[in-house]
Amino acid sequence: MDAIRFDGVHKAFRRAGIDFVALEKVDLAIAPQEFVAIVGPSGCGKTTCLRMAAGFEFPTSGEVTVDGRIVTAPGPDRAVVFQQFALFPWKTVFENIELGLRNKGVPKAERGDRVAEAIALMNLQGYETAFPHQLSGGMQQRVAIARAYVLDPDVLLMDEPFGALDAQTRVVMQEELVRLARRNPRTVLFITHSVEEAVYLADRVAVMTRRPGRIKEVINVKPVRVAEHWDDHARIEDVMDLESFVHLRTRIWKSLRDEKGSQDR
Amino acid sequence: MVSLAQRPLTSAETIGYGAIGLAAFLALWSALSLTGLVPRQFLPGPLEVVSRMVHLVGSPFAGATLPQHLASSFLRFAYGFALGAVVGIPLGLLMGWFRWLDDIVTPIFDGLRFIAPIAWVPFAALWFGTGVGGPILIIFAGAFPPCLINAYRGARFVSRPLIEAAQMLGTPSRRVITEVLLPASLPSIVAGLRVSAGLGWQSLIGAELIVASTGVGFMMVQAQLNISTATVMAGMLAIGLVGLLIDVGLRQVEGAVRRRRGLQ
Repeated sequence: MDAIRFDGVHKAFRRAGIDFVALEKVDLAIAPQEFVAIVGPSGCGKTTCLRMAAGFEFPTSGEVTVDGRIVTAPGPDRAVVFQQFALFPWKTVFENIELGLRNKGVPKAERGDRVAEAIALMNLQGYETAFPHQLSGGMQQRVAIARAYVLDPDVLLMDEPFGALDAQTRVVMQEELVRLARRNPRTVLFITHSVEEAVYLADRVAVMTRRPGRIKEVINVKPVRVAEHWDDHARIEDVMDLESFVHLRTRIWKSLRDEKGSQDR
Repeated sequence: MVSLAQRPLTSAETIGYGAIGLAAFLALWSALSLTGLVPRQFLPGPLEVVSRMVHLVGSPFAGATLPQHLASSFLRFAYGFALGAVVGIPLGLLMGWFRWLDDIVTPIFDGLRFIAPIAWVPFAALWFGTGVGGPILIIFAGAFPPCLINAYRGARFVSRPLIEAAQMLGTPSRRVITEVLLPASLPSIVAGLRVSAGLGWQSLIGAELIVASTGVGFMMVQAQLNISTATVMAGMLAIGLVGLLIDVGLRQVEGAVRRRRGLQ
């Protein structure tokens, strides 16, 4: 069974008295433990796709299913990492990560162990009692990822998680996410507008058309990554120099650029 | 020409200018009363007011000493203020969360809140008497609206992703109110409490001028009947000082909340 499925998803909304069609017949199936990135021109509805999988929004017609069940509400089986972190500013790092476990009714001692594990996983040791505003953007996003991972969710939904970070922090976080995703594979739906990020992180990259958004094509990166041993390189720039990487990136970039061109004309 | 980009003042300068203003005010006051330009009966001088105040601390006037009057006023204030907060804050949060409740309450609230607290005096006396109940209603009328408005605004403007984050972490709907809405609104609520305390304290003295048998306001009315203008002014001074203390106290709370939240 697919972990996430979009079947004929159509989304229309009304803003300032004007009707928009945000998504038009989106079909996409994501296998368990697969990492899929969606790239697309801004305003194409890629974030809307993620929000529908999260249960924050619902399709006008068509179906979004996670583990075979139609999504009706947000829940801890689908942990979300937001672009603007969305940490609770009145809670410490520890308390932020702990909340989901508390809601699940996990006993206190076990909560402590699991939070400590997530803190170690994201290299946040020593910041347990810090408040979010005392941390840099990159550190805050580590907390948000730890908060999602600690729930051991079936599905991770990441909405441009590194979009608000500076270029250097972003690279570090991308490398760490690759390390994390290869070691603890999860089903990941990752939204980005960076083609390089998508190719570097994902098993498959879905390219969306401009609004009304559809899936234009899905590029299978994983076979190339495995065949060309991308994961043997610890640094992102070494991977990005590989001919196989450049080839895929250019291909996706051209596909995306056709969409941007038709929008700007 | 005044430059818009003026150099920020040092704290010594700020204190200095404040002292200049205060000194000028006291000088003008003294000049008016001591030169006899205004009859002393109409405007007692600053020293006379202060010495009268010191006198009132030890010897009763209108049945009680000044500290006793103040204590009785403060107790009423505390009740009315607490009632305003206990009713206003939860109601404001709930109105921010449940749109239907907002639609029910807002028209009534907007209709009533422009009625000055003092206008409730006749009914407050009629319904709750002139002892404790009546004045509490009047303080409540002053203290309640800012509590409600600030809790409501705090809850309405909570950043959407925070609510969504709580939901995706499995927080049950009713607990989102205590887990997210309340703490997220806290800076706004505390700011509201400050406004609320100021209005409540002002309303109280107004109420005591008309109803009550103790309290600073009552003392001032009795002094007025005795044409003891220095006592009236001593009462005004005491009101001002206690009001200032209340505000300073709440400002500390506000500062602590904002610092903890990284807002300053």
